[in-house]
Amino acid sequence: MSVHVVPVRTYVTIFLLLMVFTATTVWVATIDLGPFNTLVALTIAVIKMLLVILFFMHVRSSSALTKTFILAGFFWLLLLMAFTLTDEGSRNLPPPPDGWGSATVAPAAPAKP
Amino acid sequence: MTDAAATHAAEHPPYLAHHFTDIEQQNEAGTLGMWLFLVTEIMFFGGLFAAYAIYRYMYFDGFYKGSHLLDWHYGAANTAVLIGSSLTMALAVRAAQLGQRKALIAFLLLTMLLGIAFLGIKLTFEWSNDYREHLIPGHLFPGMEFDTIKHGPAVQLFFCFYFFMTGLHALHMIVGLGIMAVLVWMAARGRFDAGYFAPVEVSGLYWHFVDIVWIFLFPLLYLIGGTYKQ
Repeated sequence: MSVHVVPVRTYVTIFLLLMVFTATTVWVATIDLGPFNTLVALTIAVIKMLLVILFFMHVRSSSALTKTFILAGFFWLLLLMAFTLTDEGSRNLPPPPDGWGSATVAPAAPAKP
Repeated sequence: MTDAAATHAAEHPPYLAHHFTDIEQQNEAGTLGMWLFLVTEIMFFGGLFAAYAIYRYMYFDGFYKGSHLLDWHYGAANTAVLIGSSLTMALAVRAAQLGQRKALIAFLLLTMLLGIAFLGIKLTFEWSNDYREHLIPGHLFPGMEFDTIKHGPAVQLFFCFYFFMTGLHALHMIVGLGIMAVLVWMAARGRFDAGYFAPVEVSGLYWHFVDIVWIFLFPLLYLIGGTYKQ
């Protein structure tokens, strides 16, 4: 049968890249970027996720049907995030009750793909 | 062996089910089915992430303070442990593809060891510490209730999300450890060879998915507002 065996070197390279990105996300957290800290952290997380999906989970060499299923799944997640957050963001929410602290001024947690 | 059985064995290998044309089709169906399950898992965790995003937006102060009550060192260490376990899982699948039984068992056991290390770090250094510092939400443990006077209600909300998300993630890991124990047992009994290893492959997909969930949990829970103001 036609099995696509990936060389060990590829797996180790992906592992090292994931470690570098983990170190990067910790390092970036030591710099004050304001609301962009969240954006950078999520961008790095998405890159790490893509590395795991494409290489560790062999999606790079999987069938078009499987890829379609995965893309559909993430599209639905995008709908969930986008509609929930736009709805929440467009409401005039009352200020938090006493002792609950203030809400953020900056937009937090942008939608993931 | 009877004649009929001999003819049957010559027609197709024992691991190929009758309703599939060939092993490629069977593997494709298995992989697709596993991904379909993982898509439901994406939506399952996606709902939690959406709720997290809203409450973080509404009570950012509390989430910020709560995040700084966690020690990001343990979170980062666990990220490394889990990424390492993903590497050993990928190598286990590779060993299975090549029909290397001993390497397969060794890499599966190594993956389990790293998974247990992750849960051990979480339990010993994080959750038990949260318990002692009155950070477990609600009145679950009499005498060790959440310290609302010291931290405020919004921080308690953050810890609700923290325990729910990391707890569900840990539950997925425990399930994964059980699956891998079964795989080790099957491999030791010689159930896999270079022609048949689909259970190892799809279990690997599950384990990598659990890794991906943690890749998002780590920055979202441990690194809110950065570490620069500590």
